[in-house]
Amino acid sequence: MGPLITNGIISPETDLLLAFIIGIGFGFVLESSGFSSSRKLAGVFYGYDMVVLKVFFTAGITAMTGLLFFSLFGWIDMDMVYINPTFLTSAIAGGVIMGAGFIMGGFCPGTSLCGAAIGKIDAMVFVGGLFIGVLMFTEGYPLLEGLYNAKPMGMVKISEILNVSDGVMALLFIAMASGAFWLAEWFEKRSKKVEY
Amino acid sequence: MNERGVERSKKYINPYLGGVLLGIVLIAANFVSGRGLGASGAVKSVVVEAVDIVAPNHTENSAFYSEYLELHPQPLKAWLVFHVLGVIVGGFISGVLANRLKFKVEHSPRITSRRRLIFALAGGILFGLGSQIGRGCTSGAALSGMAVFSFGGIVTMMTIFATAYGLAYFFRKNWI
Repeated sequence: MGPLITNGIISPETDLLLAFIIGIGFGFVLESSGFSSSRKLAGVFYGYDMVVLKVFFTAGITAMTGLLFFSLFGWIDMDMVYINPTFLTSAIAGGVIMGAGFIMGGFCPGTSLCGAAIGKIDAMVFVGGLFIGVLMFTEGYPLLEGLYNAKPMGMVKISEILNVSDGVMALLFIAMASGAFWLAEWFEKRSKKVEY
Repeated sequence: MNERGVERSKKYINPYLGGVLLGIVLIAANFVSGRGLGASGAVKSVVVEAVDIVAPNHTENSAFYSEYLELHPQPLKAWLVFHVLGVIVGGFISGVLANRLKFKVEHSPRITSRRRLIFALAGGILFGLGSQIGRGCTSGAALSGMAVFSFGGIVTMMTIFATAYGLAYFFRKNWI
């Protein structure tokens, strides 16, 4: 049955309309969870507000187990779902640059759009920065090409690397997330309160 | 936490509920379109389209732009572009309902608005560049990648958080 678009159940135009509706859901949940505030987001790095960790990992394990069940029930063909390909060098290099951007800017791209949508001027400036950064990549591509394409590993899954089934991998993620939630609550109670 | 803080935090939904709802949105994206969520990819579509309008000779002669335009002849008619327009609308609706619409520069009382904006710009530039090198940002690579067990997505997720934690000490004045 799913994915609806690859199985020809919906037209490409309907797919774009649904992309818009799914986007509304995404933006609504992000903003309702407080992700339009950079000071709330940055709390995860200082322990005064762990909302990022809680929302992110709950969403990750919900989607992971949900998709496993969808696949089990025959509702979705996971072979047709896009798995981000792995290029190890660029995955690490990009992550390091984004991590620095996160602690300096207080947003990531999706959350900055939510902040901008409710009038946060710092979020609008961050979005402006995104355009400059992407332009630096597209213009600098000849210089970055080697790094970008180094160590291709294909559409490899972490469960394949660790040689466990997807179900066991999901269980490990749920266990790690549960531990992280417990730690997050513990840190929040003990850390210095920050007014924002 | 003082009373004001409690009152304010009530306006946001419970983070675990927010996470479950976000997870459902992510399942929906995979079920409908066979792909996860994203944000930075839409910025690339807009940048490529803009460069192509301003300097068509340049895009023709550059391997990156010409390949991108061959694969996506209409960069703006893309899943992520419509998706991101939705994100802005969804964020706005939530802000209206929670009475949070306000033009302001949010920053720690210990720093000036000007300093906050300079760091926001620098952070945006780095995130824009990093998201292209890493083939996706926190949404497209980290969260969506984790949901489908993508090794690269999970590596990117861990690197983003590890780097931010590693640098947190140096930028603490901006936040605490």
